[in-house]
Amino acid sequence: MIAGGQSLIPLLKLRLASPSLLVDINRVPGLDRIEESGEFLRVGALTRMADVESSSLIRKRYAIIHDASEVIGDPLVRNLGTLGGNLSHGDPNNDMPAVMLALGAEFVATGPGGGRTIRAEEFFTDTFAVALNHDEILTEIRVPRRLPGTGGSYLKLEQKTADFAIAGAAVHVRLGSGGVCNEVGIGLTAVGPTAVKARSAEASMRGKISTDKTAIQGMSHLAAGECSPATDIRGTSTYKKQVVSLLVGRAFKTACERARGES
Amino acid sequence: MAGRVSISVKVNGSRREADVEPRLLLVHFLREDLGLTGTHVGCDTSHCSACAVLMDGKLVKSCTVLAVQADGRDILTVEGLAKGGELHPVQEAFLAKHGLQCGYCTPGMLMSAYALLRENRHPKEEEIRKGISGNICRCTGYAKIIESVEQAARSKNW
Repeated sequence: MIAGGQSLIPLLKLRLASPSLLVDINRVPGLDRIEESGEFLRVGALTRMADVESSSLIRKRYAIIHDASEVIGDPLVRNLGTLGGNLSHGDPNNDMPAVMLALGAEFVATGPGGGRTIRAEEFFTDTFAVALNHDEILTEIRVPRRLPGTGGSYLKLEQKTADFAIAGAAVHVRLGSGGVCNEVGIGLTAVGPTAVKARSAEASMRGKISTDKTAIQGMSHLAAGECSPATDIRGTSTYKKQVVSLLVGRAFKTACERARGES
Repeated sequence: MAGRVSISVKVNGSRREADVEPRLLLVHFLREDLGLTGTHVGCDTSHCSACAVLMDGKLVKSCTVLAVQADGRDILTVEGLAKGGELHPVQEAFLAKHGLQCGYCTPGMLMSAYALLRENRHPKEEEIRKGISGNICRCTGYAKIIESVEQAARSKNW
């Protein structure tokens, strides 16, 4: 299956993948809408990343998705690369999986028997492996419609444009009265075999005041403990965990500012 | 080996038809089948964007698109910028501001600059940096290239 091809064609060129048959879905109509309807923001799987990036609906109401759309690959990659491809490729270095884990998104998989929904946290099963069956394609991404008091942010550290991240962190919050964190969602990029949902870190912050520095430090520390980055040319495992801790804290701060309507 | 596929692509305004292998990359179609060697291959990993062209008005890496995917599309390569023997203002600006040294990345830089200025005729420096962020140059340190794009933006000859 080929959509934007911005991950697959490089793999073909390097002979890391050699499929005998490729089905090009680029011209399938109706899979590139961005709209809020019912309980969801719905984004068609073939929506180009550049169209996500330039969507004023996403920039204004789903800033965490906009953040990620601006740092994926480079402008040329974003002109062809699709949101559905970024997710269903199953690459832990991709940015949108962590964002969708933080947001508690769900995905529509469509096959010969119709459609079914898969929760983001059940979707990323292993490196380059996702919960789609061989006769299914991802057709729609559903993000819970933005509620008052919610906000999110995505940050990544990379050495150069279009390189894999050293690490990335997506944080989504819902603040209640008195600044209490009613919901916290945290997803991490490039620090494990799949994008990581930092469940202990999320749980530690739930019910805490959003400005509680000790709680934020504890959350950041727990997130670093929940990932398993590899030591490679981009840094040691220990260094990358420190980066995760830092990014989670910073993304949390921005997410809370956005939830309060301050930025 | 899979059979050949007939494609019809508009390149720099001319309709070009060919039977190509499904695995053929657009850049190789342009360079080897059509002889349009202005579009360069600078890497094997889809990183450098020396091969940038416009496909239906969008800047893409022609090394990361299959030629069969360009069937029915409109392609603009660097050869299509000049009109009637006159360089395009973007090319004139790179010439005037020395926006190249070895010249290898230049076709891609020109196409990125052209695509950026078509959408945003008065970009800020930061927007220029973002616009060319996918193009790698190993000579200039980018300063002269940014000045070239600024100069092209000031040109009244578009």
